[in-house]
Amino acid sequence: MPRTIIPIGPYHPLQEEPEFFILTVEGETVVDIDLRMGYNHRGIEKLCERQAYDQVTFVVERVCGICSTSHPFAYTQAVEDILSVEAPPRARYIRTITAEGERIHSHLLWLGLAGHFLGYNTIFMWCWKLREEILDVMEILSGNRNNYAMFKVGGVWRDIKAEDIPTVLKKIDSIIPTLEKLKKAVMDDPVLHARTKGIGILSKEAAINYCALGPTARASGIARDIRKNCPYGAYAEIDWEMIVAQNGDVFDKVVVRINELFESIKIIKACLTRLPQGEIDCGIEDIPPGEGIGHIEAPRGECFHYVRSDGTNRPVRHKIRAPTFMNLPTFKETVIGGSIPDAAIILAAIDPCYCCTERMAVLNRKGEKLFTGEDLIKLSQEKTEKIKSKMGRK
Amino acid sequence: MIYILYLFFFGFLLTAVIGLFGSWIDRKLTARLQYRVGPPLLQPLFDILKLLKKETLVPFGASKATFLAAPMIGLVSVMVVSTVLWVNNVDSQNTFMGDLIVVVYFLLVPSISIIMGGFASGNPLASLGASRELKLILSYELPFILAVLVAVIHADFSLRLGDILATQAKNGVIAVSWSGGLALLITMICMQGKLALVPFDTPEAETEIAHGVLIEYSGPLLAVYRLMKNMLFFALPFFIIIIYLGGLRGHGLHLLYGALEYVGIVALITVIRNTNPRLRIDQVLRFFWGPMTVLAIIAVLLALGNY
Repeated sequence: MPRTIIPIGPYHPLQEEPEFFILTVEGETVVDIDLRMGYNHRGIEKLCERQAYDQVTFVVERVCGICSTSHPFAYTQAVEDILSVEAPPRARYIRTITAEGERIHSHLLWLGLAGHFLGYNTIFMWCWKLREEILDVMEILSGNRNNYAMFKVGGVWRDIKAEDIPTVLKKIDSIIPTLEKLKKAVMDDPVLHARTKGIGILSKEAAINYCALGPTARASGIARDIRKNCPYGAYAEIDWEMIVAQNGDVFDKVVVRINELFESIKIIKACLTRLPQGEIDCGIEDIPPGEGIGHIEAPRGECFHYVRSDGTNRPVRHKIRAPTFMNLPTFKETVIGGSIPDAAIILAAIDPCYCCTERMAVLNRKGEKLFTGEDLIKLSQEKTEKIKSKMGRK
Repeated sequence: MIYILYLFFFGFLLTAVIGLFGSWIDRKLTARLQYRVGPPLLQPLFDILKLLKKETLVPFGASKATFLAAPMIGLVSVMVVSTVLWVNNVDSQNTFMGDLIVVVYFLLVPSISIIMGGFASGNPLASLGASRELKLILSYELPFILAVLVAVIHADFSLRLGDILATQAKNGVIAVSWSGGLALLITMICMQGKLALVPFDTPEAETEIAHGVLIEYSGPLLAVYRLMKNMLFFALPFFIIIIYLGGLRGHGLHLLYGALEYVGIVALITVIRNTNPRLRIDQVLRFFWGPMTVLAIIAVLLALGNY
């Protein structure tokens, strides 16, 4: 059978970010997949090395619009690791509340998008409407809808006011019935079952071999969640459950995320009711030389930050590993053998976030660089010319 | 001369106006179902006028003549269908034998024109969409024709739409009988496929193949396709109203009933398309050839037994 290439990207209505999947297909069956990245590289790590420690939290907040808490969370943990200090209890609770609020809006966003990818736009709109409620809650707590600017090395910037807590609790309680309805609509729809069950199965072994993270791994039966395995923030002091499913197909990824929504609500409510009194900042002034790591459970999986300090007021090295980086290669396992309509939803099922993941490699040969910035621009221009002449246009 | 009047006034103008109105109902209702506000009444018209003003792009490597002709073929076929339907509805004795076959045949041509356009544009996503449209036609056409057969049986095996209307004027609408109701249901679902709406919008699947068949179309050509789809949005429900619900009558309360029937059918289409995800093409084929065909055969048997 003749093979054709079906391009998904670099600009494609499937996913909002620029990424490029090259699907090799025979008829409608996908036989191979290749991935091109780097359309959205912004050099955040390098930027961080030019900022003071307190400024870096704001830079990493902008790594991703959705995980705008995960990255500062992991970063502050890394710097606190250098200092071997822990944020005060109240600050840890506030951090946890912010992180879980982010998880709820991120999962709702994904659920809506998954509906959209399947042509079920009603689910899309309902989820995003529900998400607005959570964004309102976050606005009450932090003053911002998306980039909360709460995190600070050694604590948080803003306290939660006691008079806001009843309002927030009421608002969160009010979304639970809608969420239950949504869960029922998604879990009981036979047509949705037909589209997602048994599709894009990532077996437990494959998930381990590919080092899958977060909900992607938990849907394949791997009980791993940084919040449980390596507790940080207030997670150790609060009662909650890790959601694990066994089949590893798209439906189980949906199930894991929907159930995590309810756990997140539970955590936020527990945190708000048990919010300890005290300082919100431990007043860190100087960062000694050394290195530290911080890892937290972002909505998409483990988010990992490494920071090295040389005693000055800015990090000499800051390394970020976003969860999508580990989840992307699982496409080799899940997409191949399926059909194109399945590929569309499987590609979305890991909840990819490409701009978090973007990275570039600089080739070094005995200390001298093969390409400089100008060389790369020239290469890109030459390629454009080549494509133009190939298409018969001058 | 009278036929040219029918063709332009009824076949094109009236069908287009009602079709645009129908597509507005569809969009408004969709928006309300999704907690949105929805477009103003004239938005479907503005969309088409805007597209008419834009540049026509013919992709490099496309088969030019077919690419340009395909939308026109689709539009003209919808015009022919709606003309025949209107003539029957207005003056049901002034028609020819076998016009039902003509209507069923021409209702297929818009899909064929989309396939032609898709393959002619030379885009891999468009050819994928076109091949899916082909499979979609193969799926829904069998139960569709079987369901239409029910109306033919009710009208004493006459292939004239006029006779079907006359039978219904005499004995009451076909849809209230067991076989007629079942056939109406099947035709409604097949119509969803003919209009390529969710759950059967696989040929256009926006998030998979970026509007597949129509990906390379722009400007006036896309406007023609949009207009064709909007007119089909009236022609198909109208066809259903004629063969199962006794047609539209243009005076007094009947006009209101007719309007309600049309709006009801459009609302049903909209609700179906907003409460389902998109099916895969193999699932579509299995659905139509399995349960739908079995139901259609049952409907035909019931009709033969005078139920």
